[in-house]
Amino acid sequence: MREISIWFFIGISLLVNGVLITAAGVWEIFHAPLHPVVQFNLHANVWWGALLLVLGAAACVHFAPRRA
Amino acid sequence: MALTIAAFVANRLVYLSTVDSIIIAFYFVLVLAIGWYLKGRANTGEDFFMAGREMTAWIAGLSFLSANLGSLELMGWAAAAYQYGILATHWYWFGAIPAMLFLALVMMPFYYISKTHSVPGYLKLRYGEPARALSAISFAFMTVLMSGINMYSMALVMKVVLGWDINFSIWVSSLTVAIYVALGGLRSAIFNEVLQFVLIWAGALLIPILGLVETGGWGNLKLQIAHNASAEYTHLWSTLGSFQGNPMGIHWTGIVFGLGFILSFGYWTTDFLVVQRVLAAKDLRSAKMAPVIGAAFKMMVPFIVILPGLLGLAVLPLKLTGETQAVATGGHSYNEVLPLMLARYCGPGLLGLGITALIAGFMSGMAGNVSAFATVWTYDIYRALIYKDGTDQHYVSMGRWCTVLGVLISVGTAYLVMQFASIMDYVQALFSFFIAPLFGTVVLGMLWKRVTGPAGFWGLLAGTLSSIGMWAWVKVDPSALRYVALSPYAKDMAENMYRALWSTLFGVLVTIVVSYMTTPRPEAELRGLVYGATEIPHEAHVSWRHRPAFWASVVGVVFVVLNILVW
Repeated sequence: MREISIWFFIGISLLVNGVLITAAGVWEIFHAPLHPVVQFNLHANVWWGALLLVLGAAACVHFAPRRA
Repeated sequence: MALTIAAFVANRLVYLSTVDSIIIAFYFVLVLAIGWYLKGRANTGEDFFMAGREMTAWIAGLSFLSANLGSLELMGWAAAAYQYGILATHWYWFGAIPAMLFLALVMMPFYYISKTHSVPGYLKLRYGEPARALSAISFAFMTVLMSGINMYSMALVMKVVLGWDINFSIWVSSLTVAIYVALGGLRSAIFNEVLQFVLIWAGALLIPILGLVETGGWGNLKLQIAHNASAEYTHLWSTLGSFQGNPMGIHWTGIVFGLGFILSFGYWTTDFLVVQRVLAAKDLRSAKMAPVIGAAFKMMVPFIVILPGLLGLAVLPLKLTGETQAVATGGHSYNEVLPLMLARYCGPGLLGLGITALIAGFMSGMAGNVSAFATVWTYDIYRALIYKDGTDQHYVSMGRWCTVLGVLISVGTAYLVMQFASIMDYVQALFSFFIAPLFGTVVLGMLWKRVTGPAGFWGLLAGTLSSIGMWAWVKVDPSALRYVALSPYAKDMAENMYRALWSTLFGVLVTIVVSYMTTPRPEAELRGLVYGATEIPHEAHVSWRHRPAFWASVVGVVFVVLNILVW
């Protein structure tokens, strides 16, 4: 086995975080929080999470470990 | 009203949703998994202490920066920005970029060609055993103290943001670092530092973006800061004409000579914590490119560190104070500005990522200290002074145990550090004691063949002792500040700058005088160590876009433009 690239680990991290953050953001759209954060109307967790998700997925695919 | 807001913020700060907890837990699992995965790649001394010297320029460069991007960077400089305004940016730009480029283009060839495993190791080759011993012992002492500061900062954030017990925070984070560094050595530390670098940006970048949206852009932010604090808080150079003209109480000579030419060059070119990452590069060109890549990203770090501090001045409805006053009044201190801004803008998920970014910063700084400590202790103290004839396996085992021991000592120092009011001022004092004089010794050794071994040792010792002496003088007699820092109005940071400058100049003077009183080494013995006695590989066959000098020029131009923009 070749050494797994660090960028693959980073891809996993961004992908998992992206999924969780986007899901939390979507949940908040339908269940408004009692104490919303400042700039809540921008729904930053939705688009920021989606960005992390896309970047993470791209890194996972590009740096996926393959047998030498 | 203020009490109501404070209570709201406090309630908000201690709340973590399930998704936040999962994100934080996943981070711990991932860093431990990386350490576990790499444990089979750390069997020899070269693997464990130097990561096999096979890192690419990008990995070495990001790790080089990430090792420095610890808790002090994230929390300390956001606090400094709130306290002193945009002047704190000097520590990222003028106080870093020139030195990083100097390391890349001038000093890296000597470090790399000499094949040294550490900065004290270079001193051994250039000056002999006494200079190495002095440098190694002072570095080891400073490193565990720094690590303790990191732990304290992290525990403070966890207490403020999550309400976690301070002891729990210290032990969980330190044991995690101990496990993944002891398992995978420097390679594990470097890999995790690159991961931590990405997470820091992913978690912290939203604060300035949302903050600028709230304030209506940079122009409006400056107006609000001028209203809430002073217009001086948003000028980088124009207020430095007098000591009283700016919030830091510093003159431009202190920034240019003390910070720009002494402390910064000392830290970025001779502090083994950061230099170790570059020494792990796979070839000389990568080793030269790594600090250039680090410098490019370093210029952008104020966006996630300084800007949140400035935004805090503009938008936070409560006034932050010094640590002592905050404890006495039950308020919030400067050091809490970044967590407060995080709580202001980040909802479920993002809050978890932001907290992860802070934890990642703490752990990267801690891992950097611990891995550098393990190398210097094992190679430059234990092997050099205590047990010379061990096998490679013996020294790897020592490195693993030393990693754990270093963490335990750091935990002890974390409790010690809690007694100090200002984190950053304390760290700068340490730098001026040990790092600043070292720069004079190393750079003279690299650039001047005439410097002798005894001169290197006595110059370093004189610089260090003079720095400690000036610090003690001001402690005993505060009126001495007018001599050490050139003004009775100088604040702690300004005092540190000038003390670094004088101690380095004194060390250099002693080095020159002793050199002329002692016999120089033959030139043949200086091959690979000194300019003029070392053949440095040419890059004529490399295209211009692959040359470190070209990219260093690009970084240099951007650096100048940025300084002019916020003059």
